[in-house]
Amino acid sequence: MTGPAHIFDKPNRYIGKPEPRADAARLLQGRGSYVDDQKLPRMVHAAFVRSPHAHAKILSIDTEDARAAKGVIAVYSGEDLAAHVTPYVGTLTHLAGLRSMPQHPLAMEVARWQGEPVVMVVATSRALAEDACELVYVDFDELPAAVDSETALDLEAPVIHPELGNNLAWERDMVAGDIDAAFATPGVHVVEREFRFGRHTGVTLESRGTVCDYDPSENQLTVYYSGQAPHMMQVIFSKHLDLPEENIRVISNDVGGSFGIKIHTYGDEIATAAAAKLLKRPVKFIADRFESFVTDIHARDHIVKAKMGVTEAGTIVGIDFDDLTGIGPFSMYPRTSAIECNQVLNLTGAPYVMENYRAKGRVVFQNKTLMCQYRAVGHPIAMAIADGLLEDAARKIGMDPVALREINLMADDSYPRSSATGMKLDDLSHKRALRKLTELMDYDALRDERTEARKNGIYRGIGFVSMVEVTNPSPMFYGIGGAPIASQDGATVRLDAGGALHVSSSITEQGQGTNAILAQIAAGVFGVDLNRVKVTTGDTATTPYGGGTWASRGAGIGGEAMLQAAQALKDQVLEVAGVMLQTGVETLDIQGGAVTDLNGTIRLPLADLARTVYYRGNELPNDLNPELVATRHYRVTDFPFVFTNGAMAAHVEVDIETGFVKVLHFWAVEDCGRVINPLLVDEQIRGGVVQGIGGALYEECHYSPDGQFLNATMADYMVPMASEMPDITIAHIETPTKTSVLGAKGAGEAGTGGAPAAILNAVNDALSPMGASIWQMPMTPERILTALDQAD
Amino acid sequence: MKAPDFDYLLPASLDAALAMLAEHGGEAMPLAGGQSLMPMMNFRVAAPEVLIDLANLSELRGISIEGDTIRIGAMTRYAELMADADVQKHIPIFGLALPHIAHDAIRNRGTIGGSIALADPAAEMPALLRALNAIVEAEGPDGTRMINADDFFLGMFETALDGELIKALHIPVATSEQRFGFHELTQRHGDYALAGVAVVQTSNTYRAAFFGVADRATRVPDLEQALEQQDDMASVLEHLGNIDFTDDLKANHTTRQRLAGVALKRALKGMTV
Amino acid sequence: MSRSIDISLRVNGEDVRATVPSRLNLVDFLREELSLTGSHVGCEHGVCGACTLTVDGDTVRGCLMLAAQADGKDVITIEGLAENGQSAQLQAAFTKHNALQCGFCTPGMLASAIGYVNAGGIADREAIRQHISGNYCRCTGYQSIVNAICDVIEEKSV
Repeated sequence: MTGPAHIFDKPNRYIGKPEPRADAARLLQGRGSYVDDQKLPRMVHAAFVRSPHAHAKILSIDTEDARAAKGVIAVYSGEDLAAHVTPYVGTLTHLAGLRSMPQHPLAMEVARWQGEPVVMVVATSRALAEDACELVYVDFDELPAAVDSETALDLEAPVIHPELGNNLAWERDMVAGDIDAAFATPGVHVVEREFRFGRHTGVTLESRGTVCDYDPSENQLTVYYSGQAPHMMQVIFSKHLDLPEENIRVISNDVGGSFGIKIHTYGDEIATAAAAKLLKRPVKFIADRFESFVTDIHARDHIVKAKMGVTEAGTIVGIDFDDLTGIGPFSMYPRTSAIECNQVLNLTGAPYVMENYRAKGRVVFQNKTLMCQYRAVGHPIAMAIADGLLEDAARKIGMDPVALREINLMADDSYPRSSATGMKLDDLSHKRALRKLTELMDYDALRDERTEARKNGIYRGIGFVSMVEVTNPSPMFYGIGGAPIASQDGATVRLDAGGALHVSSSITEQGQGTNAILAQIAAGVFGVDLNRVKVTTGDTATTPYGGGTWASRGAGIGGEAMLQAAQALKDQVLEVAGVMLQTGVETLDIQGGAVTDLNGTIRLPLADLARTVYYRGNELPNDLNPELVATRHYRVTDFPFVFTNGAMAAHVEVDIETGFVKVLHFWAVEDCGRVINPLLVDEQIRGGVVQGIGGALYEECHYSPDGQFLNATMADYMVPMASEMPDITIAHIETPTKTSVLGAKGAGEAGTGGAPAAILNAVNDALSPMGASIWQMPMTPERILTALDQAD
Repeated sequence: MKAPDFDYLLPASLDAALAMLAEHGGEAMPLAGGQSLMPMMNFRVAAPEVLIDLANLSELRGISIEGDTIRIGAMTRYAELMADADVQKHIPIFGLALPHIAHDAIRNRGTIGGSIALADPAAEMPALLRALNAIVEAEGPDGTRMINADDFFLGMFETALDGELIKALHIPVATSEQRFGFHELTQRHGDYALAGVAVVQTSNTYRAAFFGVADRATRVPDLEQALEQQDDMASVLEHLGNIDFTDDLKANHTTRQRLAGVALKRALKGMTV
Repeated sequence: MSRSIDISLRVNGEDVRATVPSRLNLVDFLREELSLTGSHVGCEHGVCGACTLTVDGDTVRGCLMLAAQADGKDVITIEGLAENGQSAQLQAAFTKHNALQCGFCTPGMLASAIGYVNAGGIADREAIRQHISGNYCRCTGYQSIVNAICDVIEEKSV
């Protein structure tokens, strides 16, 4: 499927143009509307007593003093709420063998991670609710904790769920070809490394939060929700709070960042909804920063032992690895916590032609914060394994890493095809992307500069990654496994009486520019000026049904639905215009807000057409039934998801006295198919790269051996700030996906997925003259100094 | 998190403030710029029953030259220090160091006295004052005490203050025999340093005060002596072994010792008038 | 001695009188009592910069100052900057460069940027990066923000 040329080449098209976002003005004038900005009549505030222990039996809870405290409206224990909320289990049928146990909004009997909500206090202000929390006395009997994923499966390890017998949540083996034979082939060099990826979390600047408002007269729950998937949450609230789906309205206005953090079932949010229902009044819960650190989902936390075999001539014969990841005490509901490991198994080495592949994944329970899908799920691990080993192998056989990639990357004309792991691939451009990248960065000059600098004791390194990104997921991602998660999205386009378009969509805005690209697509495809399009998203009551924004699906799926809807409305409007103008529709077009001849001469302004239809229908033939609204839905078929590809490079300088790494520059060439708005996509990729640099150099959730989160402040959990970040040069290759007319693939996760591998490779390139290398992220000064100390 | 409740007092004079402090004893905390205390209160780590805001104490303000020292009121904000011509002229090391202290918005509120009273071992100001051989002027119910910076910092968040408030800091003005060096190693601009050092050289003698390395701003007499004797750098750095280096998440004691050495070398390399 | 304090101050050019709990910090006061929700709360420990605003001409952290301490002061929030036109150039440049995504850091970022521009900051990318390094943005790569601030300074100097 490719679009008719006129959709993209019309004079008034907007697709592909760097149009500034219309909603920027609102945010720049302090007129955003985030959850914490909601102030409703009779609203009260929630705070939680959280487990101070990683693993503890709850012997008793004394809430008497708290109930008597100033401003307190209600105090709930786990048992109190369990009577009103059915438990939930984070398993899906397509992840065969995945195990978890029922979860309640507040801990019941046993608390299983530090930060798990145990008691909820509702008071007239957050401060008073916190005061009362200090008056709740919980008698905990501390239990031994399974903290370290490497020992969580040991026979003597404390078992978090005795019902399950051990701490194994899921495992999967994947085999293609014969890796042992391939590695044993004479002339094959095998490199072997142990990678360690620290635990990260999303650190959305706006913390999680919700305002839940229950109206008993209509049995209606309205949820103001800082999140990504309103319809999914509608089902979850309905299912577990015993309310009809249609009586729940989920509204996501402005969302202050999400990155996969705000798409899960959090006990404190469910408890807030339950409290609203019980108290019959609005309840607000806004996580503070400490609560964010200890309860927002974490990600990564993988230990990977990996090997790659390469022939003398530079042909990769295969990859063999074992991935162990810890996910906290439960699999997160409803998306599960096995997806990241599964992605690592699926995606490692996907850019490369490879016959032999063996991977083992194990996902274990531990007494830490729950882990789930955070931006670029599994990608940074998969890319670092393959491209880290690739550059290691390049050093071993004395070949330039770009040359080694050239030999092994799938040819641009070889699609459709499958990866070694059976992923269906199409419309990719690895080789063009890599060539464009090396030109963009002037690789040859940079290499010379690096050599010169080394003579002066300045250790710079260049590192690359060739990557794929999973975008535009189909029903195969979640729906097939029984999750209430839509893979299709809908768009509605309505022509109003004044000639403007009102459009709505089930994808959501968290700052990516969703609303902007929807308007661009609608305006361009239908034929009005951009400023005549108003967009509504993020409200289950007023938008079509759909999945929301995650897994880089907004532009590709929601955008295509919008394109189809705008095209449909155009056809409907032209039918009316044909009758009114007494001419064949094939002679008409819509441009600049008017029905025109094919050459652009105005025949009938849209406002005139619409007013005739709406106000003076008597002027129309009786057998004409004008429909000035169109809705279309779209889902990806034929592919489980649509892959994009990219090539990225980092230039770093390592201070070998201090172990400090300075990223000097970063380049990214991305093929996300058709670019709808380069201004938006470029900064989205940059933001992703910076998040990836965070993972590579700074970010890590530290735990004590007994499961205490040790750095749960923004001073101690280091996110990337402006001073240390490089300028990032972005370029595009546009290979539209054939799965849609629009041809757009996602771009939201590329930077986060690719940057860590590129930075790792660049650091190792810089360290190579000393014979040192590092395989643990984040690459802290201390770890780099240790690597230097251990150099051969 | 929201701060626990407290009584807010705003004394109009130093005497009144001291009386309040005496009246409420351990339940009261003085509030200077609040850039460290407020976060601690917002985390409910600090929970004073009474907060005594020093904002209106004119006795704690002002910068003046008094002979061969410069007197800086305790409530002088970092931003004021950076902008003050006398400070720029007479305490050149402040010019090197102050831009490293947090960020603009923090420096607009944070005060020199507040930093000293808090005695955060990772903060720059205690080390600067030790390197500069400054004197802390403390005012208490029993009158004024002049405490050498060397005797002021007793441990992590622990000072020689005893029911007193810091009134001012007295810092010797720079002389033509002096050279100044400052270097700190932070992964991100404005963060607390993994290791840092302030060095004041007077003719051939040195005062080198390290921060971010131990439980307090730290000088190592043997090391300073080795510098004076112009020992080779390896021998100088060996004396860092006298420091009881901190182990924490960002760096263990071995790394800290190493980084302290690098900071010292770089500070010495960059000595300016 | 009291756990609530009477204050009077100017906020965005308007005189405001209020009785506030002594523990209420300035940004919560502005958001909750005055419904000036443009200033955001990101960490409440002075690190993220989302609550950065202007008090008596200085940029400060709204979470590290008590409402009580704002007595007699002149406070300008992002709403005030928009109203009095002070942020117009930066707004235009931020829009042009797409120097915001979710918008949550934006009010604080603008306050810091205005502090830099008004203090005569130069169009030097490193200096700008250093200046805004107390304002966390998780969405952009900071580059567009640096570009926008650079633009405004360069336009001013023409």
